[in-house]
Amino acid sequence: MKKIILCGAAALALTACGKTADKSGGEVKAPAGGAVVQIDGSSTVFPISEALGEEFQKSSGTRVTVGLSGTGGGFKKFCRGETDISGASRPIKKEEIELCAQSGVEYIELPVALDALAVIVNPTNSFVDCLTVDELKALWAPESQGKVKTWKQVRGNFPAEPVRLFGAGTDSGTFDYFTKAINGEEGASRGDYTATEDDNVTITGVSGDKDALGYLGLAYVTENAGKVKAIPIRQKDGKCIVPSVGTARDASYQPLSRPLFYYVNKKHADERPHLREFIKFAFSPAESEKLVGEVGYVPLPAQAYSLALAKFDARRTGTYFGGGSKIGVTVEELLSDAGEGAAAAPSQK
Amino acid sequence: MADALHTSEARIVAASRVQDMVFAVLGITVLLMAMAVLATLVADLMSDGLARIDQQFLTSFPSRRPESAGILSAWVGTTLIMLVTAFLAIPLGVGAGIYLEEYAPKHWMTDVIEINVSNLAGVPSIIYGLLALGFFVYGLGMGQTILVGGMVLALLILPIVIVATREAVRSVPSGLRESAYGVGCNRWQVVWRYVLPAARPGILTGAIVGLSRAIGETAPIITIGALTFIAFLPPSPIQATAPFVNFDWLNSPFTVMPIQMFNWISRPQAGFHVNAAATGLLLLLMTLVMNGFAIFLRYHLRRSLRS
Repeated sequence: MKKIILCGAAALALTACGKTADKSGGEVKAPAGGAVVQIDGSSTVFPISEALGEEFQKSSGTRVTVGLSGTGGGFKKFCRGETDISGASRPIKKEEIELCAQSGVEYIELPVALDALAVIVNPTNSFVDCLTVDELKALWAPESQGKVKTWKQVRGNFPAEPVRLFGAGTDSGTFDYFTKAINGEEGASRGDYTATEDDNVTITGVSGDKDALGYLGLAYVTENAGKVKAIPIRQKDGKCIVPSVGTARDASYQPLSRPLFYYVNKKHADERPHLREFIKFAFSPAESEKLVGEVGYVPLPAQAYSLALAKFDARRTGTYFGGGSKIGVTVEELLSDAGEGAAAAPSQK
Repeated sequence: MADALHTSEARIVAASRVQDMVFAVLGITVLLMAMAVLATLVADLMSDGLARIDQQFLTSFPSRRPESAGILSAWVGTTLIMLVTAFLAIPLGVGAGIYLEEYAPKHWMTDVIEINVSNLAGVPSIIYGLLALGFFVYGLGMGQTILVGGMVLALLILPIVIVATREAVRSVPSGLRESAYGVGCNRWQVVWRYVLPAARPGILTGAIVGLSRAIGETAPIITIGALTFIAFLPPSPIQATAPFVNFDWLNSPFTVMPIQMFNWISRPQAGFHVNAAATGLLLLLMTLVMNGFAIFLRYHLRRSLRS
């Protein structure tokens, strides 16, 4: 009998221990319930959503949650109507357009910020001053696999040192965009390079190898200024442009600057006032410029905010891109009526 | 003759001693190497993250600024998930283990179940996540809640608890059972009053090994759609008005420590990497506290068993 009591006491102690633990957590701030803005999607867009969510929750009291399912995973949830906003580092794909159409989810496509992809080398590398898109293609094209191994093969006057490559893993939007912009086809890349979903690995690799070359988001270059060096890209007019917030914002850095997107559920926008408030907040120039810049991304050009809000207020649905990436699209173009009219048809059957 | 025998005996003894020595040295070397790797990891985490752990870090929500970010929602989430996991996995696992060992008839069905339970212990955790996403989240429409998170981790550690329970029950001397039957106990009385108390330390060890695995899992929790940025806490389980407890927190969205760590480690700002190291340290500490509690409990149960 005594043993039964003891066992019961132990179970009780376990319960009590748990109870105190979550009680101390629960009492810090008793939640009031109510409206929540649900964001999910790309890990590239995550820091922007986190910053916007944090400030919006502080100023309005409306709760914001942000998930990290990736662009593809985010669209799966978005097209089931589970989330209000899906962050994406690339435009919505054909399959995803169909998925959304099947479940009757209409969406408004808004650029939320810009990101520049930087090509980086070791800071001790003195011979690479500027690279053309063709030279990058020579390095990264699928045909180069196992063939282009030295810097000399990229340009005749480079030394015959072996070039070691670091890049994005195939699951990332960065990979999709880089391959489209450089190799001309989304997903077409050589495979014999160090591929990683974590850009810090690329930083470590390139900073530790004098002959290495890699590509990643601009924010990582800014944060690791002494460890790696961003290479200017030669533009069509012959100028060499260094990736920076300024050159990405005025669209002079091409073709490696890209828009990041918010896809907003139209039905939710109609029904939920707190979601409309959030969009208004996210596209107010003062807040957005400050917050987007703070987390290392490039704010939209000044005139884009009113265009984006106008597009949202008019609830213009569909995608500008028709199911694939386009290179060199300006933010104004993708917010304009003209582009919209041309592209709305395939998405809204 | 006697001398020759003596020397050959001495030679054999000496040779065995050398073998013993070699093996001991080998064993200690392997142990030291393993400990060195662990110590380096912990020391590295500590040098990066220890200074970051303060009250602010424990009582703040995630933030875009590394220095004002904290893990409040993450550690509360982890604690609640572990509670749900423990409350589901331990009674179910112990029950299943006792049934298989004491009640189940020995035929092919039991064999199939046994093989499956052992196999399940080796299934990758992401598979459990996919199962939970398809079945709990979408199939049953339960959503991405603390309850589902606890359920998927409970499923994940159930085989561990079952196997440990069976081992512990099997190691109870059969004399104990037979004497109990001898004085007229029925099966339930034998199991509840004699077998279970004697097996408790082993069962507890199994439960703790399982929970320690669950606390560090990221993949299944991410798969079912746990959040990463969440700046509010689940409703409190205790309230001022009757009935004083509520279970709304089970249906609350959540995040856990490993997810927070995973997110911070891949960010560009070095400040976030420090946060990730600090989170890692705290996760280690939580596991240690959990283990310490189990050791304490086991010690007391052993003592009560003897008296």
